[in-house]
Amino acid sequence: MNRFVWPLIAVAGLLVFLVMGLRHGDPRALPSPFIGKPAPEFELPTLKIPEVSIGTETFAGDYALVNVWATWCVMCRAEHPFLLELAAARAIPIYGINWRDSRVEAIRWLDDLGDPYLASAYDADGRVGIDWGVYGAPETFLVDPEGTVIYKHLGPLDPVIWQREFVARMSGGGQAE
Amino acid sequence: MLPEIGQFSLILALSLAICQTVLPLIGAHRGDAAMMGVARTAATGQFLFVAVAFGCLTYAFLADDFSVLYVANHSQLALPDLYKVSAVWGAHEGSLLLWIFILAAWTVAVARFSSGLPEAFAARVIGVLGFLSVGFLLFAILTSNPFDRLVPAAVDGGDLNPLLQDPGLAIHPPLLYIGYVGFSVAFAFAIAAMISGDLDQKWAKWTRPWTTVAWLFLTLGIALGSWWAYYELGWGGWWFWDAVENASFMPWLIGTALIHSLAVTEKRGLFKSWTLLLAISAFSLSLLGTFLVRSGIIVSVHAFATDPTRGFFILTFLAVVVIGALILYAWRAPSMDSDVGFGLLSRETFLLLNNVLLVVATTLVLIGTLSPLVVEMATGEKISIGPPWFNVAFLVPMIPLVILLGMGMHTAWRTQKSDSWVRVFKIPAIIAVLLGVVIPLMIYGRISILLVVGCAAAVWIVVSSLILPVRSLLREKGTAGITRSALGMCIAHLGMGSFVLGATIVSAFGVESDQALTPGGSIEAAGYEFHMAELRNVQGPNFSAIEAVIEIRDDGDLVATVLPQKRQYLVQKSPMTEAGIRAGLDKDLFVALGDQLGNNTWSVRVQYKPLIRLIWLGALIMALGGLIAISDRRYRVNVREKAVSETGEAEATA
Repeated sequence: MNRFVWPLIAVAGLLVFLVMGLRHGDPRALPSPFIGKPAPEFELPTLKIPEVSIGTETFAGDYALVNVWATWCVMCRAEHPFLLELAAARAIPIYGINWRDSRVEAIRWLDDLGDPYLASAYDADGRVGIDWGVYGAPETFLVDPEGTVIYKHLGPLDPVIWQREFVARMSGGGQAE
Repeated sequence: MLPEIGQFSLILALSLAICQTVLPLIGAHRGDAAMMGVARTAATGQFLFVAVAFGCLTYAFLADDFSVLYVANHSQLALPDLYKVSAVWGAHEGSLLLWIFILAAWTVAVARFSSGLPEAFAARVIGVLGFLSVGFLLFAILTSNPFDRLVPAAVDGGDLNPLLQDPGLAIHPPLLYIGYVGFSVAFAFAIAAMISGDLDQKWAKWTRPWTTVAWLFLTLGIALGSWWAYYELGWGGWWFWDAVENASFMPWLIGTALIHSLAVTEKRGLFKSWTLLLAISAFSLSLLGTFLVRSGIIVSVHAFATDPTRGFFILTFLAVVVIGALILYAWRAPSMDSDVGFGLLSRETFLLLNNVLLVVATTLVLIGTLSPLVVEMATGEKISIGPPWFNVAFLVPMIPLVILLGMGMHTAWRTQKSDSWVRVFKIPAIIAVLLGVVIPLMIYGRISILLVVGCAAAVWIVVSSLILPVRSLLREKGTAGITRSALGMCIAHLGMGSFVLGATIVSAFGVESDQALTPGGSIEAAGYEFHMAELRNVQGPNFSAIEAVIEIRDDGDLVATVLPQKRQYLVQKSPMTEAGIRAGLDKDLFVALGDQLGNNTWSVRVQYKPLIRLIWLGALIMALGGLIAISDRRYRVNVREKAVSETGEAEATA
C-alpha cells in the first residue's frame, strides 16, 4: 500500500466517527444520572411560609412536574405563562424549586406574574439543586407516581415539548431513557 | 410572489449548476470545445439566478414580509434596516444562501479571469466548482428552503438574535464565507490537475493568487469575529477556543500551510503531492466546519439551528467530496512527485518545517475540538476542553514556528551557504533577545521565561521582516528592488509579529476585576480610578437600556469617559451587555455592566488590556500583505501570456 492512501483511510475513519456521533442523539440532551431512579431526597422550607416544609414525599401518588426557577433567570420568565396555562388546565401538579434566589423577590415575582405552583421549595444556597443535578434554570423534572424521575428537560417548556416529551411519557407508561 | 420567484430561481440555478458540472467535464475528457464552452456561460447564468434568489430574500426582509417563515423568525418591524439586511444571513437557511451566492461569485470570477488557462483545464475547474454548487443548492432546496411560507402570516417578527445586532457581526459572516468558500477554488484547481494528470509549476502560479485572496478574507473574517466577541460578549477575552471558532481557524492554519507549500511548488516544482493534499484539506476543513456548526453535533455558544437531517446531508456531501478527492489523490499523486533535491540548509527545508508545524497545530486543534465527542460516545459523559489545554497545546508548535519563520525568510532556495547566513541574523537576534527582556521588564515591570520568549519572538519576526524592505529602500538607483510578492510576504510576517507581541503582553499583563459600583462611587483597578458619575435610562429603536457614565482617571487626570450599557431587547427579552471601551494602541480600558446587585448598585467588570489592539492590527497587516503579494507583476502577466509553454523559471528569491 502506498503512502498516498493514508489520508483516505484517516478521513474515512473520521467520517465513520462523525456518523456515529450524529446517530448518538440530541447533543443538547444533557444526560441526567437520576433518570429512572428515585427522586433525590430533600427537605426544604416552602417559599411563602418558611415554617412549612416540603420534600420528596410531597410529590408521591401522582405524576408531578418539578420546575427549577429563579427570578434572575430570563428564560424562566419566558416559560412562566405556559406553566400558568398548565396549572389552569390542571394538567399535572406543578411544584417549584426556587433556586439561588431572594425570598422577597421570588414572592413578589409570583404575586406579579401569577403562581402556577402548588408549592415552591426555597433552595437559597442551591444545595438541593446540586443533589438534583441542576445545570441551570429553568429545568423541569417529570416524576412518576412511584417517585421516580422519568424525564428531565433543560431550558424553557413550551407546548410542543410538553406534548412530545412529557405527555407521551405519562400516558405511555413512561419509558425511562 | 417574490419569494416564489426566489425559490424558482434557486431551482433554475440548480439546473444550470448541473449543466456547468456535467458538460464541461465530459467535454474536457473528450476534447470537445463546444461542450467545454458551456462552462463559462452556465457559471454566469447560475450566478445570476442565485443573485436573484438572494435579492428576493433581502427584499423580503426589507419589506417586512412576515409571510415568509424565515423572515418572521429572524426580523422585526423596528429592526434597523442595516440589520434587516444582515439578518438575511443571521441564521441557517439564509447563511446557506449566502454561502451559495459567494460560491457562485467565486466561480464567475474564475471564469472571467481564467482566459490564460488551457481550455480543458479551465473547463475542469469550473466543472468541479459546479459540482460543489449542485451539492449546496440541493442542500438548500431539500432541507433548508429560506422561502418557506408561514400561513397565516405573522403580524410582527420574532426579531434577530440581539447578539447579532452589531455592525461587526453584520459583515463577519460574509468575510468568513468568502474565505471558506474561496478555498474551493484551490480545491477545484487541485482536482482538475489530478484529473488531467498534469501538475507543473504553472499550475502553482495559477493557484497561488486565488488561494491568497481566500486566505486574506478568512484572516479578516476571523479577526473581526474575535474583535466582536471581545466587545460584545462582555467577557473581555479575544479567543475562546470555542468549537465554532476552531472550525474557522483550522482551515486558516491549513490555508496558511498551503500558501507556503504553493510557493515551493511554484519556485522549485517540489512538494507537489503535498500541495495537492493541503488544497484538498483546506476546503475539506471548511466543509467540516460547516458540518460541525450546523449539525448540532457539538454544542457551542454559536449554536446554529440544529437538525440531524441537515447533519446527515452535509456529512454525505462531505463524504462524497472528500473521499472522492482522496481516491483521486491516492491514484494520481504517486506519479506527480519530482525528484529534484534540495540542501539541508535551504528555504525548502524551512517551508517544509513550517508546513509540518502548521499541520501539527491543526491536528491539535482538531483533537481538542472533537475529543469531547469521543469521550461522550465512549462514556456518556459530557466534558469540555477549555482554553487552558488549547493554550498550552497550541504554543508547542507555535514557538518553533515563529522562530523558524524569521530564518526562513533569509534563506536561499536550493542551498544556502551557512557563514553568510549566520551573519544576517546576528543583529536581529541580539535586538530580539535584548528587547525580549527590556519590554516586559522596563515597561510592564515583570518578567518570566514565557514572556521573554514571546516578546523576543515577536521582535525577532518584526526585525527580520524589515530587513528586505529596508534594504530595498536604501538600494542604489537603478538596481532591482524588492518584488511585490516578497514585499507582501514581509508585511504579512510583520503582521504576525504584531499579533505575537499583542497576544503575549495582553495574556501576561491584562487585568480583569469585578467590583460593585453605585452612582457617585469609585473603584480602582490596574492603577486607574473608575468613577460612576451617572446611571441613566436610554432608548434604542428596539431596545431600552441602562447606561452608566463612567469616568476613568489616572492620578486625578481624566483619561476617558465611557458609556457601558445593559440592554433589554423588547421582543426577545434577552439582556445584552454593551461594553464601554476606551480603545488605544497602547491599551484598552474596558468597562462592562454585570448584574444589578441592589437598588442602584451594579456589579461592574473593569479591564485593563495592554496592546490588545496589536492582535487585530496584526491580522489586518497580514491581510494587507496578502493583498500586496497578489498584486505582483507575474500574476498579471500570467493572464495575458496565453498558452506560452515555458515553465516557470526559478528565481533567486520569492
